Amino acid sequence: MRIRIKGARLLDPGNIDDNKDIIIKNHLIEAIVDPIFDSKENETRTDIEIIDARGMIVVPGLIDIHVHLREPGQEYKETIETGLMAAAKGGFTAICSMPNTNPVNDNSQVTKFIINCANELGLSKVYPTGAITQGSMGNTLAEIYDMQQAGIVAVTDDGKPLENSNLMRRALEYCKGLDIPVFVHAEELSIADGGSMNEGFFATFWGIKGIPNAAESIMVVRDIALSELTGAPVHFCHISTKESVEAIRQAKKRGVKITCETAPHYFTLTDEDVKDYNTNFKMNPPLRSEEDRQAVIQGLVDGTIDLIASDHAPHSIIEKDVEFDRAAFGIVGLETSLSLSLKLVHDGFLTMAELVNKMAKHPAKIIGIKNDIRPGNIADLTIIDPGHTYEIDPATFKSKSKNTPFAGLKVKGSTFLTMVNGKVVYLK
Amino acid sequence: MRFTKKDILDIESLEPREISMILDTAQGMKEISERPVKKVPTLRGKTIVLFFQEPSTRTKLSFDTAAKRLSADSISISKSSSSIVKGETLIDTAKNLEAMKPDVIVLRHPSSGAPHLIAKRVNSSVINAGDGIHAHPSQALLDMMSVREKKGKIEGLNISIIGDIAHSRVARSDITGFSKMGANVCICAPKTMIPMGIESLGCIVSPNMETCIEGADVIMMLRIQKERQDNILFPTEREYATLFGLNKARLNLAKKDVIVMHPGPMNRGVEISSDVADSDSSMILEQVTNGVALRMALFYLVAGGSRHADSD
Ligand SMILES: [Zn+2]
Ligand SMILES: [Zn+2]
Repeated sequence: MRIRIKGARLLDPGNIDDNKDIIIKNHLIEAIVDPIFDSKENETRTDIEIIDARGMIVVPGLIDIHVHLREPGQEYKETIETGLMAAAKGGFTAICSMPNTNPVNDNSQVTKFIINCANELGLSKVYPTGAITQGSMGNTLAEIYDMQQAGIVAVTDDGKPLENSNLMRRALEYCKGLDIPVFVHAEELSIADGGSMNEGFFATFWGIKGIPNAAESIMVVRDIALSELTGAPVHFCHISTKESVEAIRQAKKRGVKITCETAPHYFTLTDEDVKDYNTNFKMNPPLRSEEDRQAVIQGLVDGTIDLIASDHAPHSIIEKDVEFDRAAFGIVGLETSLSLSLKLVHDGFLTMAELVNKMAKHPAKIIGIKNDIRPGNIADLTIIDPGHTYEIDPATFKSKSKNTPFAGLKVKGSTFLTMVNGKVVYLK
Repeated sequence: MRFTKKDILDIESLEPREISMILDTAQGMKEISERPVKKVPTLRGKTIVLFFQEPSTRTKLSFDTAAKRLSADSISISKSSSSIVKGETLIDTAKNLEAMKPDVIVLRHPSSGAPHLIAKRVNSSVINAGDGIHAHPSQALLDMMSVREKKGKIEGLNISIIGDIAHSRVARSDITGFSKMGANVCICAPKTMIPMGIESLGCIVSPNMETCIEGADVIMMLRIQKERQDNILFPTEREYATLFGLNKARLNLAKKDVIVMHPGPMNRGVEISSDVADSDSSMILEQVTNGVALRMALFYLVAGGSRHADSD
């Protein structure tokens, strides 16, 4: 049985941008061929399934390298299954799971559990990340090699920073030896000082303790220095401030081996949007000022920011329907990331090819996997419907959690189809 | 005019004409406190819950006295007697309270926005008796009442507020309230206690205390909340008093008829010297008296007054 994706624009930056049909056989891309218009003949064939994708854009599978699945441990927020259904709906053929589950993914047993679960489901793929330190407690290195053998693609203590600079140095050296990337949650806890939103007028207005930009950039600058010291690559998660963007821009100019991501909320919202103690606007790092939002967009435009990842962080009403300062940080993002990011294209900040780089190609490169549309490659594909206009409605989310600040927002562009290993895992 | 607000959550959400109405009503209530029989039947049969999630003696006593003078039944729930210590969420506790059909819930809570959270979920009126570092509307209103009573107006007055602005809900509400009513508000504190963007609430930040109180009609000293500080905001109380304490010499920089206020409890010898606290300029005890009247007015307006009757 073959599948023919017909009539779409095929866009794989650096490889192809043309109106071509793709033929998929089993789990592989079999051929890329000229479009056919004599559809009658083909429609009568029973050995080929036709997917009419006219007006759509076929791109290499989108990859979200920053996703909090809550299994094991907090299945009431999200399971691997619901998280992957959300990923498929969001157009992601693969995601990286963060290790801050319960137990923490700091050993190969947990890694194998996640991978086995995901394999059985046959939805989007999971490339787990493992903890840098045991229990992500920041004291001793975890068995990174053992987890790498089991399938992790990066290490991170995300959710919190690795405060001890000397241990961070050693972690970078150790991981360099294993050729595994380190993802950094950049936050200086003493200056963040238990704050709940961006420090500035709006925090003052609402009487909420603020988190200054420096809480992020101090750690970004530290880890740039440690990357230079060790020669090890560092990837910065969820960059939100103009100071961080500028520090990364300058370091990249000197050739430091760093990469970074931002999340759609940092180029879509600001601290002015945090209103009436709505905890769906509470995440870490917090929504920053308009100046920071502009700097993040500039960073995406000039390539300082390599990629977009959602930091999908499901929480239930138990964590969210409470006092603002007691509410958990984080919002769901898998099912809104593509639509929000497409706005950068509609607004002329990025070309569609640049967006595909930021959501498919660069993420793949950082975790060391292939993601090209070529005959013989695995058929992990996303089809984008660029013109579909709709209102974001959390009730339609596949994710178990609905903690989004984007409810009711009108957006343009969405997932038409997600294909993993040649199999359709989501079709609008 | 009718008072239509269900809740009193902060000063931001009150229109100047609503503030004036509250102050007018409070002035009328004050007379009741001066009678030999300090009780009227206005809120007989109404239930007021005093839900204090943070220790407070003065504010709670003031609300309680106000409720009793209006003949309302008041019930106190403190942190240790509520189910929150047993892990119940604020919303669940509030809904349970709601099931007992109170007319007003007075909430004091350490989290900013807690009264806003429950106001959306309950039909009872919610009065914020202080939330985190956000707002303390009844305190600001009684401050405005005291100033208006003494000066005959608020508009055009120079109000100086000195102390830990960053951690003071009283300061935020006073700045907003006085500037809304047309006063010129000026603040001063160690830079560690000036929150980012505070000017946009409607005040100017003075470089030093002398500049701040020069020509002041009203000086409001804030309590240095020792329990809130991890000792990194200023070195010692001695040095604080040297730079930001209100003493007789500094008081002379203000207008001759200046009034001195303090939301209490005072740290004598730290933010305010004893001779100033006990001087004729001091309105501190008057504030306490007005506090009861002001809170009576709030109860009356949300639970018994024109909100429920088409009297105009
Ligand atoms: Zn993080
Ligand atoms: Zn995260």
